[in-house]
Amino acid sequence: MSVQNRIALVTGSGSGSGLGETIAMMLSQNGARVVVNDLEQAKVDKVVEKIKSAGGEAMGVAADISKKDQVQGLVQQIVKQYEAIDILVNNASIARDNDLLKITEEDWDIVLNVNLKGPFLLSQAVVPYMKELKFGRIINIASRDYLGWPTQANYASSKGGLVSLSRTLALELAKHQITVNCIAPGLIKTPLYDALPEDIKENLMQLQPSRDIGKPEDIGYGVLFFADDEADYLTGQTIFICGGKSVLSSLSV
Amino acid sequence: MQIKGRVALITGSASGMGRGTAEVMAQHGVKIVINDVDQSKVDEVVKGIKEAGGEAMGVVADITNKAEVEAMFKQVVDTYGRIDILVNNAGIFRDKAFLKMTEEDWDKVLDVDLKGVFLCSQEAVKYMREQAHGRIINISSRAWLGGPGQANYSAAKAGVVALTRTLALELGRRGITVNCIPPGLIETPLWYALTDAVRERLRKAQPMGRIGSPRDIARAVMFFASDEAGYINGQTMYVCGGKSLFANIS
Repeated sequence: MSVQNRIALVTGSGSGSGLGETIAMMLSQNGARVVVNDLEQAKVDKVVEKIKSAGGEAMGVAADISKKDQVQGLVQQIVKQYEAIDILVNNASIARDNDLLKITEEDWDIVLNVNLKGPFLLSQAVVPYMKELKFGRIINIASRDYLGWPTQANYASSKGGLVSLSRTLALELAKHQITVNCIAPGLIKTPLYDALPEDIKENLMQLQPSRDIGKPEDIGYGVLFFADDEADYLTGQTIFICGGKSVLSSLSV
Repeated sequence: MQIKGRVALITGSASGMGRGTAEVMAQHGVKIVINDVDQSKVDEVVKGIKEAGGEAMGVVADITNKAEVEAMFKQVVDTYGRIDILVNNAGIFRDKAFLKMTEEDWDKVLDVDLKGVFLCSQEAVKYMREQAHGRIINISSRAWLGGPGQANYSAAKAGVVALTRTLALELGRRGITVNCIPPGLIETPLWYALTDAVRERLRKAQPMGRIGSPRDIARAVMFFASDEAGYINGQTMYVCGGKSLFANIS
């Protein structure tokens, strides 16, 4: 697998983010130059520092990816520094779970804006550079929950939209040597999971075909696979990394 | 990617995608078992891998014959002590318009393309269960979504997808993962057997304007087969340059 010297932007990869931080670290360990992005400068700086002290190359940009002007500023900074963007990992994501009748308009808007509009804005901002270099890898981190999950009307819809966006962009960009793929993680040991009460964790574990929970590295492995220089014939795909749980949901091919 | 030293059996690996996959995996230090029905072709592939510095053995066996399948796995385990990876790649087709398809056309294709996967998986799992480690990768086809003239082939390949999902659920707790790759158009001897006009028409229908190589399939097989892929189970991933997206249930 090679991502050597590639410039990779990972959204939501600040310190304590779980998935994003691990993805950034793994890309760096495999030779990519990584752009760390999150809302808070301090969290961004921490991961940049971690990458540099491990001998990798990184820059950090704090930006809200749901805001068009901030996305443009983010991409301009990257291009100014590295003159290209090869890999975009749309990882930033938030949840505001609630019963349908309790989801406020604000809960809906913020989840949709971060989880779906953000990837749209970022893809639009980086694709001109990818087209020019005739190389690009966009990897969207959706969720197994896009298949539907109670209390996630907003979250599941945003992730379902992300799968659909991946497929559409894959078709539109195929002739420009830009691939667009999607990873739908299942249960993963992140700070969010750790914060759950023990009885809920036990219930979730019982539903796992593997009786096992994934690690952030399992997702990082999927990202590396799609980001690879050689993954040029793979596009438009959605792979669940979920220990087989998606198979219990009927549509998850 | 950690895969070095693992033992992999690839059915139908004397030519085409199977052969390509075997050769790439051998370059990554996997001990390869070449299986096919023609001894001289099997020998040729084994010889090629060894000359390139890899490790391989060949077993001629008909995967639709239970006794031959049992003997094949016994021979593998006797030689290498284990079986880590099974790639169910062997496949045939007998394309015909529906009403012209004979019962023999149906049986032959279903036997090789689906029953062979069942028999090989059952035998491999006996050993994988004891090792508490196994990776089964089934090569289906984008045609499982349906293709005119392929009533037998598409039904068999759809069966492979369903078998993958069922085995994934049954075996997930035993450290065995089961995943599926439906290839799109790939440069194989079969592709070159088509007329230029047909090839041009097919190529134009590809979102990327080109077709894939056996190497693309090999990469995906290794992705599922590696040690790091333990949490990936029951999945069907197309390697087709995006063509699957035009079919509505992909």
